[in-house]
Amino acid sequence: MSLTARDLGLFAIMFAVLAMVAMFQSPQLAVTILNMSLISAIMALGVNMQWGYAGLFNVGIMGFTAVGGLAVVLVAQPPVPEAWAAGGLGILLGLMLGVATILGAVVVYKRMAPGRMRGAAIFAVVAVGYLVTSQVFGPAKQAVQAVNPASEGYLGGAGLPVILAWPVGAVFAAGVAWLVGKVSLGLRSDYLAIATLGISEIVIAVLKHERWLARGVNNVTGIERPVARPIELQPVPWVQSLAETLGWSVSQTASVVSGLGYSALFLIVLAILIWLAERALNSPWGRMMRAIRDNEVSARAMGKDVTRRHLMIFVLGSAVCGLAGAMMVSMDGQLTPGSYEPLRFTFLIWVMVIVGGSGNNWGAVLGAFVIWFLWVQVEPAGRWFMDMVTSGMALDSDLRRHLLDSAAYMRLLTMGVALLLMLRFAPRGLIPER
Amino acid sequence: MEPLNALVSVSNFMLIPAFAYGSQLALGALGITLIFSILRFAHFAHGDTMALGTAAVIGGTFFLQAQGVTIGRLPTALLAIPFGIVVMILYLLAADKLVYKYFRKVKAKPLTFVMASLGVMFVTNGITRLFMGVGETRFEDGERFLFTVREFRDWSGLAEGMALRSAQAITILTALIVMVALFWFLNRTRAGKSMRAYSDNEDLALLSGINPERVVVITWTITAILLVLAGTLYGLDKGFRPFNYFQLLLPMFAAAILGGLGSPLGAIVGAYVVAFAEMGITYAWRRVFGYLMPDGLEPTSMMQLLPVDYKFAVTFAILVIVLLFRPTGIFKGKVL
Repeated sequence: MSLTARDLGLFAIMFAVLAMVAMFQSPQLAVTILNMSLISAIMALGVNMQWGYAGLFNVGIMGFTAVGGLAVVLVAQPPVPEAWAAGGLGILLGLMLGVATILGAVVVYKRMAPGRMRGAAIFAVVAVGYLVTSQVFGPAKQAVQAVNPASEGYLGGAGLPVILAWPVGAVFAAGVAWLVGKVSLGLRSDYLAIATLGISEIVIAVLKHERWLARGVNNVTGIERPVARPIELQPVPWVQSLAETLGWSVSQTASVVSGLGYSALFLIVLAILIWLAERALNSPWGRMMRAIRDNEVSARAMGKDVTRRHLMIFVLGSAVCGLAGAMMVSMDGQLTPGSYEPLRFTFLIWVMVIVGGSGNNWGAVLGAFVIWFLWVQVEPAGRWFMDMVTSGMALDSDLRRHLLDSAAYMRLLTMGVALLLMLRFAPRGLIPER
Repeated sequence: MEPLNALVSVSNFMLIPAFAYGSQLALGALGITLIFSILRFAHFAHGDTMALGTAAVIGGTFFLQAQGVTIGRLPTALLAIPFGIVVMILYLLAADKLVYKYFRKVKAKPLTFVMASLGVMFVTNGITRLFMGVGETRFEDGERFLFTVREFRDWSGLAEGMALRSAQAITILTALIVMVALFWFLNRTRAGKSMRAYSDNEDLALLSGINPERVVVITWTITAILLVLAGTLYGLDKGFRPFNYFQLLLPMFAAAILGGLGSPLGAIVGAYVVAFAEMGITYAWRRVFGYLMPDGLEPTSMMQLLPVDYKFAVTFAILVIVLLFRPTGIFKGKVL
């Protein structure tokens, strides 16, 4: 399923608009938009696999991207030997005890006959397990967090090259998705929505609260980057000569070059993913997934294991979201759990998929570009609009100040209206499924 | 051993707040369950609509305060609630007419409705923030306490104190009245019966001459009343921050599912279970056990099962347990 002339036209318009941003606003802004659009496109691809191929409704995208981001810290940051000495073993042992408790409860549940005895046994296993775990885990955690709390206070990572974190992020997200999917798939779709909403809040709560893991709300900053930073590029001779040719300042050129480095990396990942996704969609497997989506009952009658297939695609899609999350953190060079908001990281991605065209990979990519562009540009546009509306008012009037202050929230309104209009008038999106 | 002190302590820090929180959740969960049983979709805009309703009430409150109108010891917001309700009825009916009605007409899949409610959520969210910003707004006025810790201590002579905030008392009282009124409405009035009939079997209800659009209008109206009350009471109790209302979505859904979706009684029971579980598991029991255990055996740790930051995890665990073992909920609601 290749692109039609119309689809190519839509992409061409999008890139023309980005080029105009580079010309009339600033090249840095254009590159920033391009990079975030590429990352969003990967997230949208993941969601499109779940929703477009299989009709699964995941509202926990934020959680999966955050787990991917955590992988960057755990892979790329240098380990903190003092912290490991202080409580590393205790934390590992505590985590293992916690897992053992849960497994123990599961074994008891499976092995014993239903009844009061089983309930009591499970309760006993969980209670004892909890007490032992907290005795081991609590002190170790305190000890780790006490190690040089101003700049460390956590275990650190493995000190490996940061690129490795991308696949690891995907694996982390896949693991979380497997747990959630195991519980809530097989029931009807709205349950998955509520379960994923819950797990994403929990992931963020863990990231914020467990300081030994990734410093919590103190943020991990200065993570190694896969591309040279602008400040390192400035003294490089070819960057300086490029700046001269373009007539830009050296710092501007350096940041554009650095940003384009990320764009190249992201483009490679996106291209591989799209190639894989298109191959999968047009294979017998893809046809089976769409058959399940369109009519579960008849797919089941044909002997397809619907729940297993759903679990599989849910894990795959979430892994893609985790990959995107890892890429985003390694671009920013920092993990800030406080910045993960569901509106931005879950629902915005949904708008991208719906606007772009659910079921079509190219649609998801285009949707990501269009919506991210709007998301960035609506704010200044809103301010300009408010300026126009309020230009008749006195400069110091309260209403005017209030309206100008709240121009930022115009973007939420715009996104909602865009989503509703698309659902109503073009439910198949900009590039419909074929 | 001082069981009385233990009881007072646990009431002050856990039972009363949990009871108030549960009442707020119950009003919200009732709305979710009603929409689910009549319109048959999971209403994701619930939390944000609640925020908008509360914002309308706050606007009304500030207007009244500026006019110098108050009601003595009670919060002025109570006077502004009818205004908020009217605004929200109009808002929800407008949303229904502009958005959901079309999807009903084309008999769209339930998930399309959910998606549309996401759109409404965005819009509502934007409107609320346009008016209120993202910061916290406090609008509680009047007498803050029915009785304070000091008054209780002087009166009872116990070492532990207990306070009852007026917001909590009003919440619990209002919730009880509203629940009784709702059950009376559903079971005794013609409109309520037609709602239940429509929920049980759409085709049969149509056949017996019930006008579906009328049922839908009544449902949104009741939802608006519940929403505004729940939102205002929550705001009086804990202050108004739009994002907190969004986060109420998870406990409200958990309550509705736990009770059994489509069952109003279930939603109420579910809400109290969720509230008490959240509070109980994240509460530091040290003081209570300090009073209960014999001398010399007082606990040294906080006796807190989970830090407060993980109250979502508690809700989520409840949800998972229900989904695994009894997807129909306590009161045998529908499976989604």
